[in-house]
Amino acid sequence: MNYLNKNMTGVHKQLMNGDITSEELTKQTLDNIKKTDTKLNAFIDLNDSKALDDSKAVDQKGIDASSLLSGMPIAIKDNILTKDLKTTAASKMLSNFTPIFDATVVKKLAAAGAINVGKTNMDEFAMGSSTEHSVFGPTHNPWNLNKVPGGSSGGSAAAVASGEIIAALGSDTGGSIRQPAAFNGIVGMKPTYGRVSRWGLIAFGSSFDQIGSLTRNVYDNASILNVIAGHDKHDLTSSDKAVPDYTQNIKKGVKGLKIALPEEYLSDGTDKNVKDAILKAAETYKKLGATVEKVSLPHTKYGVAAYYILASSEASSNLQRYDGIRYGYRSKDANNLAELYVKSRSEGFGDEVKRRIMLGTFSLSAGAFDAYFKKAAKVRTLILDDFKKVFDHYDMIMAPTTSTPAFDLGSKTSDPVSMYMNDVLTIPVNMAGLPGMSIPAGFSDGMPIGMQLIGRPFDEGTMYQAGYAFEQNTDFHKHFPKIGGAK
Amino acid sequence: MNFITTIGLEVHIELNTKSKIFSPSPDEYGDEANNNTNVIDWGYPGVLPTTNKQVVADGITAALALHSKVNRHPHFDRKNYFYPDNPKAYQITQHDIPDAQGGYVTIHTGGKTKKITLTEMHIEEDAGKNTHGIKYSYVDLNRQGAPLIEIVSDPVISSPQEAYDYLETLRQIILFSGISDVKMEEGSMRADVNISVRPIGQKKLNNRIEMKNVNSFNYVKRGLEYEEKRQRQILMAGGTIQAQTRRFNENTGKTTLMRTKENADDYRYFPEPDLPSLDISDEWINELRDELPEMPSKRKHHYVDDLGLSSYDANVLTQTKQMSDFFDQMIKDGADAKMASNYLQGNVSAYLNSNQIELKDTKITPKNLTTLINLVKKGTISTKMAKKVFKAVTNGVEPNQFVKKHGMVQLSDPSQLKPIVDNVLTSNPQSVDDFHNGKDRAKGFLVGQVMKKTRGKANPQMVSKLLSEALNK
Repeated sequence: MNYLNKNMTGVHKQLMNGDITSEELTKQTLDNIKKTDTKLNAFIDLNDSKALDDSKAVDQKGIDASSLLSGMPIAIKDNILTKDLKTTAASKMLSNFTPIFDATVVKKLAAAGAINVGKTNMDEFAMGSSTEHSVFGPTHNPWNLNKVPGGSSGGSAAAVASGEIIAALGSDTGGSIRQPAAFNGIVGMKPTYGRVSRWGLIAFGSSFDQIGSLTRNVYDNASILNVIAGHDKHDLTSSDKAVPDYTQNIKKGVKGLKIALPEEYLSDGTDKNVKDAILKAAETYKKLGATVEKVSLPHTKYGVAAYYILASSEASSNLQRYDGIRYGYRSKDANNLAELYVKSRSEGFGDEVKRRIMLGTFSLSAGAFDAYFKKAAKVRTLILDDFKKVFDHYDMIMAPTTSTPAFDLGSKTSDPVSMYMNDVLTIPVNMAGLPGMSIPAGFSDGMPIGMQLIGRPFDEGTMYQAGYAFEQNTDFHKHFPKIGGAK
Repeated sequence: MNFITTIGLEVHIELNTKSKIFSPSPDEYGDEANNNTNVIDWGYPGVLPTTNKQVVADGITAALALHSKVNRHPHFDRKNYFYPDNPKAYQITQHDIPDAQGGYVTIHTGGKTKKITLTEMHIEEDAGKNTHGIKYSYVDLNRQGAPLIEIVSDPVISSPQEAYDYLETLRQIILFSGISDVKMEEGSMRADVNISVRPIGQKKLNNRIEMKNVNSFNYVKRGLEYEEKRQRQILMAGGTIQAQTRRFNENTGKTTLMRTKENADDYRYFPEPDLPSLDISDEWINELRDELPEMPSKRKHHYVDDLGLSSYDANVLTQTKQMSDFFDQMIKDGADAKMASNYLQGNVSAYLNSNQIELKDTKITPKNLTTLINLVKKGTISTKMAKKVFKAVTNGVEPNQFVKKHGMVQLSDPSQLKPIVDNVLTSNPQSVDDFHNGKDRAKGFLVGQVMKKTRGKANPQMVSKLLSEALNK
């Protein structure tokens, strides 16, 4: 069973009609993953027996007609805590870590009847843009196994794109949902900061991190946000704003919508095919009754530098708890406390994580704080102001998600800065805490191109509306990668 | 050479909230190791702190009690350092925008009154506790996340004795504000001490010495005395003071070097991204101001000026909030101030001392003690009887009922006593003669006879009065 030709509404109908039971669906899903994943390595761990038990329980209770996710197999990125199921963050540090509680999003999905079939691969501690920084080896792009799937939610993206699963959760700190969604030709939404609870998400950059989903189409994505969004008393940064039904107005179209197209996102650094795809998309929107105008977000170019200082600073503090004392990896040949710290961390963390810990630690140190952290925080405010000015006049921003389509495996691992630059178009959205979504918008040499829609805070509804309208009037989402065996 | 000493204190006080500052675990740490902990206290992956509103309220209460300016939007910061008792490897504290700024404590020292001004105060979490065995070291996280308030004084304290008096006064204010039990033996008040000594006439302060985590007022004083002397000696010998962190050894009374400034930790403070800035409204501050108990200095004035007590009595009664509250309630219940004060300082204190308990842990109530005092005042019972009644009061017995049950009512009615007095006079003519012959002692004997006949129930003053009247007829 693969999901290449499926959407959640259709599968839900099959379950409701009794064409297939949740248990059968789950079993077939797991079987297909086991087969396909030998090529992709999208999963770190499968939830075999528990998923089957859970699906049986849903079957016994009966599929819930009011919940699209009832009995529906889904996958979870491996930095989101799952009770009694290993959660590794793709790190040697946590390679044997089995949490004792579920993240809020996992609880909410389970309450909606979703079946968690397994944990997806990622860059270690979500630090990376290619899913090559995983202690469990890289994930491959289903469109071309020699290409990266993007990252850090590369496992989730490859699993959805290849039809292994219909939807998967990811997390996005600087583009980690949108960039892999773009590289895999699927839909990925990073909601507004504070829209989804972070309780149970292994922290990377706490003021940037946000959980969202990767799906095969816009409607499915809106349906999942309906379930996972909302205030959580465990997360004081989660908003108590009411959660609307994101599917309610999704078919309303874009007539009269004022869309901004920032010049900086179509600069010379952007691949010609990508640029063309976005300009073509602008024409599509115009045809559908929206206005599209060029605007400027002048501080975009400072985003990457400021982001790597701020997110790494937070990460350096967040990752200090992995010290070999309580859980996680502990070096075997330490003779005293200092050695225990140094050896456990030196042996337990990969190079990219260490690089960011060092960068962050330096940026926070007494002599560097003002010139680095403080300055970067000011840049963050300027970027936020850029967006605010645009949203005074426009309802939404459209842009490429990435400057180029997926790159070759191994091509950037020795050049961290060029890897970091990959997130130049997604990072500003996290800096400003805005919602951003990538949807399929074209192909370049057989590899997908992603279009990024950026909305006002808590205006995911408008983005889904615009995304749905685009999807209905294009057929990029109807192309499938070869790995799934489909044409 | 003469010297000026400059001292500043950072005092940490453990608050007495039910739960911890950022987790719902009970704020109790005498229990079995790690019993009162949860995933947040362990620094488990994926957890987030949530702020205990009561801790914020207590911080505001302390600020109000110390005349400080409450910040409307205080923010938490992370202080980063590795240590096994610090599971997140950072402490959540307030660095940039603390709970409150300014304020002062008025102290009485060396016969004078002095205002010790404050720099700021903030709320933060405590760390766990390490213990070291032969083969292993152990970490107990029960104290991890216990709420602390840190009160930072300006460097305006000029002697070790002043530092001691400041700590005593601060302790009393905090105790009265009700936010902490300030139990020194449990380490719920600790101080980081800074001292700098320079010759008179020199404007610029010399380098300062810091002593961290001193947990007794006496140690603070002794440590400062040692440091003052040591630094003076260095200066007199022409030396310079190095900025150092030193440890006070209570056994030797000396301080020893811990580390120099070059080896100081870099705590890499930055804003805590998991907690939004607090939003403290005027309404909330006003509410807490209305609930703020009266401070000891104000109570003392009230006792002396309005109730006519001596300032000695007023001082004793305001040593603890419990005693002062108890006294206030007795006055409300209608007790005579002087008698209530005497009773609390006499019988009650003796009872507490001999049983080694606190007033709140006894069965003595202000109401019962007031009733007892009034029975004595009205002459219903004698002081001797009162001792028995007091014992009953310590067992929670209502005095009126006890007196009634044991027939302890004092005979004060002249019409009842007169026949007995007459009878005693008739039966003891010799003593009557003795009295008339100037032997005053004879009267005492006669009083004793009346007491004997009434089995001790007669009011001695009344008996004496009736006897005098009869004998002088």
